[in-house]
Amino acid sequence: MADNNPYPGENNTGHVWDDNLRELTNPPPRWWMLAFWASVIWWAVYGVLYPMWPVGHESNKGVMGWTQMDEYKKGVDEVEAVRAEFETQIKGMSAADILAAPGLSQYAVASAKVLFGDNCAACHGGGGQGGPGYPVLADDDWLYGGGIDTIQQTISMGRKGIMTAHGKILSDAEIGSLAKAIEAGDPTSDPNFTQKGCIACHGMDGKGMAVLGSANLTDGIYRFSPAEGESLLDSIVYTIKYGVNDATEPKSREAVMPAFGERLSDDDIKKLAVYVHKFGGGQ
Amino acid sequence: MSGNDSTATQQSVVDDLYAESVHWHLNTGEETIHAKRMGGYWRKIKWLSAAVWIIFFIGPYFQWGERQAILFDIPNRQFHILGITVLPQDFWMLSLTLLFFALLLAVATALAGRVYCGFFCFQTVWTDVFTWLEDRLEGPPQKRRKLDEAPMSFSKARIKLTKHFLWLVVSVLTGISFVAWFYDAFDLWRDLFTIQASPVAYGTIALFTAGTYVLAGYMREQACFWLCPYARIQGVMIDKTTVVPAYDFHRGEPRGRIKKGQPEEERTTGDCVDCKMCIAVCPTGVDIRHGQQEGCIMCALCIDACDEVMEKVGRPTGLIRYESYESLETNTKPKPLYKRPRVWIYTAIMSLAVLGIVYGLTSLAPLELKAIHDRQPLFVLQSDGSIQNKYTLKILNKLTEDIPVTISAEGPEGLIMVDEQLVTTARHGKVTPRTVFLRVQKELLTAETIPVKFTVKGELDGQQLQGSRNSVFIGPKR
Repeated sequence: MADNNPYPGENNTGHVWDDNLRELTNPPPRWWMLAFWASVIWWAVYGVLYPMWPVGHESNKGVMGWTQMDEYKKGVDEVEAVRAEFETQIKGMSAADILAAPGLSQYAVASAKVLFGDNCAACHGGGGQGGPGYPVLADDDWLYGGGIDTIQQTISMGRKGIMTAHGKILSDAEIGSLAKAIEAGDPTSDPNFTQKGCIACHGMDGKGMAVLGSANLTDGIYRFSPAEGESLLDSIVYTIKYGVNDATEPKSREAVMPAFGERLSDDDIKKLAVYVHKFGGGQ
Repeated sequence: MSGNDSTATQQSVVDDLYAESVHWHLNTGEETIHAKRMGGYWRKIKWLSAAVWIIFFIGPYFQWGERQAILFDIPNRQFHILGITVLPQDFWMLSLTLLFFALLLAVATALAGRVYCGFFCFQTVWTDVFTWLEDRLEGPPQKRRKLDEAPMSFSKARIKLTKHFLWLVVSVLTGISFVAWFYDAFDLWRDLFTIQASPVAYGTIALFTAGTYVLAGYMREQACFWLCPYARIQGVMIDKTTVVPAYDFHRGEPRGRIKKGQPEEERTTGDCVDCKMCIAVCPTGVDIRHGQQEGCIMCALCIDACDEVMEKVGRPTGLIRYESYESLETNTKPKPLYKRPRVWIYTAIMSLAVLGIVYGLTSLAPLELKAIHDRQPLFVLQSDGSIQNKYTLKILNKLTEDIPVTISAEGPEGLIMVDEQLVTTARHGKVTPRTVFLRVQKELLTAETIPVKFTVKGELDGQQLQGSRNSVFIGPKR
C-alpha cells in the first residue's frame, strides 16, 4: 500500500497493489442495493413472524405461532381424514367382504403394506417369500387353509403345529425310506407310511389335513426348506427324526406363529388378511 | 534489460485499460435512458417481430373441439396441444424442444448476433411498449427530462398517473394471459371477477404484474446489463464472422462536424458527422461507435437513425450497418454461410431434435403398458407343481374417457394367466395398476429366464387400441 496516493483525484480508496491495481469506490447497481435492502427487511419481518432468534436455550415464538409439530400434526390429520372414509367402512365389514369390494381391497393392500413390513416381514420376508424355517405366504400351499377367514384367524390367534419326534419310534432305515418316498412326492408308495401311523395326521393320501395343520407331503412344497448346504432329503429326515415343537425332544424344529390379536386392532388384522391373501396364494 | 521492458509494457497496457475505462460510462441505474423514437426500416421489422407476442395474449382463447386448444393443465398433469394430449410420461419431448430452441438461439446468435435480444425478448418488447406509451403521453426525450425535473403540478400528476395506470393495465393483462395458458381462459376471467380463482392463480398474476411493471417500467436496460444471463451467453457466441450492427470506422473516422460552406472535396474528416443520433435512439444508451459491447442488444435502431442523417447530409447510407467485424477490418466479403462448420453442426443438432419431436408426436400411443416384475419372491412353487410369477402392470390411458381393457400374455409353452378374462377399467389420463399372476408347469420351463410379452387391449368407438410391454418369466435355477 502506498503512503502517497499515486492517483490523486480518482475515486480510489487508497488501496493500491502492484503499483497500479487499486480499489475504486464505484457504487453497486441501484437495483442491486434495492434488492439487498429488501432482503434485509424480509429477514427482519420473517424473524418477527416465525421462530428465528435464540432466546435463552429456546427461540422466539414468532407472532404467527407456527411450529413444526403443528404442521406435522395438520399433515397427519389430513391423511387421517382421507383414510377415515375407508376405515369406517372397514369397521363394519368382514375380511371376506373387504376382499370382494375392489376399492376397499385396494385400500387395504396399500394400507397394510406398512403393517406387514412392521409386524410380519421379519419372518415371512417383505413379499411373503418366507425363508429357511419360515413359511412362504405367496404360494397356494397352506397348512391350515388359505381362505380369507382362516388367514385372519391365523394372524389373530397364532398357530403352533406339533409333530412328534420319530427318532425313537422308527429305525434309521425306516426313516430313510419314508424320506425318499416323500422327496419323490409319493409318500403312500412306502408301506411304512400307513403301517407306522403317518396317515393319522397326514391323511390316507398324504395330502395333509387343514384342521390339524399337517403338511401336504405330495406337492414338493416344504414347510421347512433345507438350510444352507443341506440336501432336501437330509432336511426331511431331520423333520421326521426330531419332529416339530416336540417338547420332549430338544432338537425338535421350532415353528410358532405368534398371536397378533392383542397387538393389532381387528381392523388392522382384517387388512393384513386381505394383504396376505392377495400375495397370490389366497383361496 | 528485457525484464524492465516487459514490466514497462505491462504497465502501459494496464494504464491503457484504466484510461479506456473512463470512456465507459457505466449507468448503474441512477440515470433513466430516454431514447428518441424514430421511424425506419428496422423500426418496422422490430414491430413485426414484437407482434409474435400477440400470440401470448390471444392464444389461450382458441378452442379445439371441446376444450382450450393449448392448455397446460398442471393439476391434472396433462398438456393439451391442439388434438394431442401429452402426459408427463412423454416429457422427453420437452427436453428436445428446449434443445431445439437453445440451438436456435445459438445459430441465430452465431450468424446475426443478439437477434433474440434486439427483436424478440420479452424484456425488449415490453420495454418498447412501455416507452412508447411514455413517448405518447409525455412527449419526446427532452420534454420527458423536463417533466421529470419539473415540480409536481396538476398536469404533471395527471400525465404520470395516466402513464402508471396504463403500465399497470399492460402488466395485469400480462399476468392474466400467462395464467390463462394453465387455466381454462374463459373460466379464469369468470373466477377472477367472482373471486373464486385459486390463490395460486392470484399469486401468479400478482407476481407477473409486479415483475412486468418493475422490469419494463423501471429496470429496462438495467436488466440486460446486470440481470440477464442470456445477454452474457449470447455475447460469447459471437465471433468476428458474425454479422452485427456495426459502425464502419474506416469510413467514419476521423469524425467531425460539417463545416458550413466547405466543399465536399476539401473535407478532411470521415463520414461520421458526430451528431450522436445513434446514441440518442439507443434504448440501452450505448455508443455503437465504440464497437461491440455488452450493453448493445443489437436492435439495429441506430442503423435507422444514422441512415436518416446520412441521407440528409447527402452521404451514402450504411455508415452503421449489419456487417461482420472481419469484413470491416479487412474490407472483404464475408465467408458464405455454408462454409462455416458451426452452421452445419447447429443445423444437424436442430434437425435431430425436430425429428425426435415429430417421431414422439406421431407415435403417441393412447394406451401404454408398463410391467414390473415382483422381486420378493421372484417366483413361487404352487401346489399343482407350477411356478408362479407376480407382476404389477401399470396401464396408462391417455384418452379422455375411461375404457374397459383386457390383458393377455404371450410367452413359453404352457403359460397360463390367472383371471385372463378379467376386465379392468383404465381410468382416463391416469395410470391404473393391476396385479397379474402367470403360471407355467415346472417341467415345461426351458430356462431360468424366459421372455414374456404383455398386451393390453381396449376399444373406443369401434377403434381397437392396444399397447404392449416385454418382461420376463423367472423360474428356479437349472
